Amino acid sequence: MSSIGTGYDLSASQFSPDGRVFQVEYAAKAVENSGTVIGLRGKDGVVFAVEKLVTSKLYEPGANKRIFHVDEHVGMAVAGLISDARQIVETARSEASNYRSQYGIPVPLKYLNERVSMYMHAYTLYSAVRPYGCSVVMGTWSEYDGPQMYMLDPSGVSFSYFGCAVGKAKQAAKTEIEKLKLADMSVKDLVKEAARIIYLVHDELKDKQFELELSWVCAASRGRHEAVSRAVAAEAEGLARQALADIEDSDEGDM
Amino acid sequence: MAFMGDIMNPAPLWNNGPSPGAFFNFPGNTSVVTSSNHSVQEFRAHSQSPITTTTTVIGLKYDKGVVIAADTLGSYGSLARFRDCPRVMKVNDLILLGSGGDYADFQYLKDIIEQKIIDEQCIGDGLQLKPRSLHCWLTRVLYNKRSKMDPLWNNYVVAGIQDGEPFLGTVDKLGTAYEDSIIATGLGAHMATPLLRNALQAGNIDEQSAKALVRKCMEVLFYRDARSFPRYQLGVVTADGVTIDDVAEIKHDWSLAHMIKML
Repeated sequence: MSSIGTGYDLSASQFSPDGRVFQVEYAAKAVENSGTVIGLRGKDGVVFAVEKLVTSKLYEPGANKRIFHVDEHVGMAVAGLISDARQIVETARSEASNYRSQYGIPVPLKYLNERVSMYMHAYTLYSAVRPYGCSVVMGTWSEYDGPQMYMLDPSGVSFSYFGCAVGKAKQAAKTEIEKLKLADMSVKDLVKEAARIIYLVHDELKDKQFELELSWVCAASRGRHEAVSRAVAAEAEGLARQALADIEDSDEGDM
Repeated sequence: MAFMGDIMNPAPLWNNGPSPGAFFNFPGNTSVVTSSNHSVQEFRAHSQSPITTTTTVIGLKYDKGVVIAADTLGSYGSLARFRDCPRVMKVNDLILLGSGGDYADFQYLKDIIEQKIIDEQCIGDGLQLKPRSLHCWLTRVLYNKRSKMDPLWNNYVVAGIQDGEPFLGTVDKLGTAYEDSIIATGLGAHMATPLLRNALQAGNIDEQSAKALVRKCMEVLFYRDARSFPRYQLGVVTADGVTIDDVAEIKHDWSLAHMIKML
């Protein structure tokens, strides 16, 4: 790493001579160590899938969730340091709540994303603070605007996406996502694809245990963000395992 | 050196001014009570009386649930000013809330309750606010406001399902609260309560007769309460969830009116 020993990496408020802010880059590294998170935007909604790495067998199932509700209509999937991410979730929730009390309507995701981005960006400007070690994906669906999805970096940069991936296996996941015709797909199909991709990119040798988290916000859920129902999630997970087993079988067949 | 005054006994350095750190006390701009010639009675707080008001809410518990009803009129004094003021709200799958009294105060508290429910959903543990909790919370909020001499000018009726059993309770603007199997607020407390009690004494009733009874009360109230309206909402909460019917309209007939002589 070029930053080591150069002396410009201790503060977020100082550039290196070649114009970089190393603290922000380290924060991005923190995100790359976390389980993979993908967000898919289809024709009738947004689907989130998270590979939640279980670091100890002593945790209860479902502990340390990585998909959150921000408001009735907005979901957020997070990658990176979970404690940092929870603080971002809290910020987003209070922004959404404030907007609702001021204007009496649900916050538009475009605006919410802008506010949360500004908040995260503020933590890249001062020497007394460190940037947030997390990336978040936010999504919503409404009758008028259709599906919307944004991904937000520790640097405070955010973009709107059709499909995005972040975390350990983001490269492999992106390659898979690119094969999909996202704009034509319904959330029903996307859930299956999302589960398949998470199972596919999961590295069994390095990380033994993981839980798959699935949520959506779509026309079928009347624009509400909710966890994918147990039956649908189980089906998607079953298909994902099957797809993985098929690949392994065919690999053996080649040999 | 006469112009220097008495050098050995100088006048005070800062004469006739405010004490250090304070401001000059100009006439007409005083906050000192003793120099004010206003008496306390001359101040008037306008938040302490209702402006746009609504009338009765009726609540009736039956064997498997609760019915509540309220008309949709917002009165401005005696003027029937707003004709579409819904005031039966679904709080969640377990609770129906009705309100009579100041409509703005109800809208204010409604927004707060709605945000409470969203906050609860955000936690995502599947737990839901229960009617007894909301009822208790309302007593705290309303009692707190009345203790500040600025009450929320409402009667609330909380209907719901608590652990499978029907619940019906009310809170008034002072925070006074009780539970009962029949509740009517406002003028309905005088006119509908006896009707409901009589009907209930005949024994347990089912949903259909509970609804019919509440509709009958709404009709009686429409004829006798000058602040009522023929259009009303009726909501039912059972273990299956909350439903609020489309606004119903009372078919009224005043042909008898000329035969009634008030002596």
